[in-house]
Amino acid sequence: MEKISTLTGPIIPLRYSNVDTDQIIPAKFLKRVTKTGYEDALFHGWRQDPDFILNRPEYANGGILVTGADFGTGSSREHAVWALRDFGITAVLSPRFGEIFKGNSGKQGLLTAQVPEDAIEQLWAAAEAAPGTEITVDLNEKSVVSGELRFGFDIDDYTRWRLREGLDDIALTLQHEDAITEFEKRRPSWMPTTLPAVASDA
Amino acid sequence: MGKTLAEKVWQDHVVVKGEDGAPDLLYIDLQLIHEVTSPQAFDGLRQAGRPLRRRDLTIATEDHNTPTIDIHKPIKDPTSAKQISTLRDNVAEFGVRIHSLGDKEQGIVHIVGPQLGLTMPGITVVCGDSHTSTHGAFGAMAFGIGTSEVEHVMATQTLPLKPFKTMAINVEGELRPGVTAKDIILAVIAKIGTGGGAGYVLEYRGSAIRALSVEGRMTICNMSIEAGARAGMVAPDQTTYDYIKGRDHAPTGDDWNTAVEYWETLRTDDDAVFDAEVSIDANELEPFVTWGTNPGQGVSLSDEIPAPDSFSDPDDRSAAKRALEYMDLAPGTKLKDIRVDTVFIGSCTNSRMEDLRAAADIIRGKKKADGLRVMVVPGSARVRLEAEAEGLDKVFTDFGAEWRFAGCSMCLGMNPDQLQPGERCASTSNRNFEGRQGKGGRTHLVSPLVAAATAIRGTLSSPWDLENQNDQIAKEA
Repeated sequence: MEKISTLTGPIIPLRYSNVDTDQIIPAKFLKRVTKTGYEDALFHGWRQDPDFILNRPEYANGGILVTGADFGTGSSREHAVWALRDFGITAVLSPRFGEIFKGNSGKQGLLTAQVPEDAIEQLWAAAEAAPGTEITVDLNEKSVVSGELRFGFDIDDYTRWRLREGLDDIALTLQHEDAITEFEKRRPSWMPTTLPAVASDA
Repeated sequence: MGKTLAEKVWQDHVVVKGEDGAPDLLYIDLQLIHEVTSPQAFDGLRQAGRPLRRRDLTIATEDHNTPTIDIHKPIKDPTSAKQISTLRDNVAEFGVRIHSLGDKEQGIVHIVGPQLGLTMPGITVVCGDSHTSTHGAFGAMAFGIGTSEVEHVMATQTLPLKPFKTMAINVEGELRPGVTAKDIILAVIAKIGTGGGAGYVLEYRGSAIRALSVEGRMTICNMSIEAGARAGMVAPDQTTYDYIKGRDHAPTGDDWNTAVEYWETLRTDDDAVFDAEVSIDANELEPFVTWGTNPGQGVSLSDEIPAPDSFSDPDDRSAAKRALEYMDLAPGTKLKDIRVDTVFIGSCTNSRMEDLRAAADIIRGKKKADGLRVMVVPGSARVRLEAEAEGLDKVFTDFGAEWRFAGCSMCLGMNPDQLQPGERCASTSNRNFEGRQGKGGRTHLVSPLVAAATAIRGTLSSPWDLENQNDQIAKEA
């Protein structure tokens, strides 16, 4: 994963709340077995409308998505993060995120910044008055700056640290392999195992 | 201070305690795998040259893409076929047990775990599927994860996680006949909203929850994610033990006794404090239905479609306006006047024996409304066999319904089971998102009883309406 310090791009104002992952990427695109190439699938349903915000030329190369509360609710599909990333969206600003989506983003280097509702409103207004208005998200300072507008954002410290260092989660965990092995020795015998398969009499 | 059920299960799975804001490293007892969210995880293992750490704590099935008719023929959609064949190749390479299409244990991943007796109290369960919360009905800590985390669990059998906050959902009272677990959870989501549970594990408590079967509790825990929660749980009790005992992988002998002794400790202590509490009066609940495009947009079936202006929050107002446009519904319309094209009985929310029996009891000896399509999709091949042994298949087909093979089916339409644009569906599934059941499709989430009553009348209906109808017929005669 690449290290992140600051990210700059046009504000993409998505004036919706409750954007579930079925909208971010419909299920028919989940049949692929690859991890890249999902840019065309992003918001596929809504992009059929020529007036949809992402169809504007200012945002053809992506940017920073600024959206309403409860972004990324619903299905656990990490494809939602891959689609945003493949389209060129490097950060998402919202007052609140779906939990699984937020976790998936952190694993894939997509920055999710929690910004209060009134700040979102002001950023929307700025971008709508002048489409293409740029914003800089500073992970070191935990701030977003766009012209005169400046707001702090929330992100949990551990995710922030991992993103800044570009660290691989699995490698971090495997540093504790001895502790995992010790834990497994204490695992009670009543707990389930899938093997050997127990023959059913049904 | 005492501990909540969730805190107890969490505490017993901490491998390394996180310090200075770092997450805890949590041990995972069971990982369930299906074809959609696993291929990239297996790829990741291969690329990094890492082994699957515990294939004996891993099990796979095929559910999202699988057809529900002609299951013995090749899958027509080449991308679906490829995803299934990729799963089969991956599990063969890594030595994972799989229940494939045609196997009697195949089915929706969240039906398979419990029916095999793998899901039990006090364990941690994950799956690359948000409805993993289902397994919390046993008093397990169970939650959906993304594909990166699936790979993480494959490689380490652990996940780094910050402890969840705890919320009590107290449901006291007695449900009236015709009101079910599904109505409880739809009412909970309408009350706290789709983000109301964010960051929490919900513990469902109270006399109405205790009175539910394990299958009803699964329906409730299943939809915890629809309130934004990470997980939902119900403390185990005798009902739980009776459900598990004798299943293929249930503990036996001394192990059973040790397990029950431990499970008995899995209760929230009297002096434990939840981070939040919500109460629902079970006595007041009516059959519930959603009118919008998120699961929080629901009302009692006897109500009308709300006007967007009636919402004080501007966000809710604009969401309601957009939802009504998509759903092609006008404020003030009585829910019971809404005509549907399709009734879907299935999904990991409501496709177990109890659900099928309940629906069959309503429709037995009747005919479906003219022009209506009714699909009944059992949750697993085993459920299908059990239902057929009871003659339920005959009840459904006599009624005019399609009796299908097991899978996720029209809950999300990854297989050919989809709504056409503009079609309206009363569905026992869990999500009414735009296009969820097929592009342009319109979904009303309901219980199996409401689905069955709707299938008879053709308009959104509860079993109560059928009794009225019968009274009317009796008077006229």
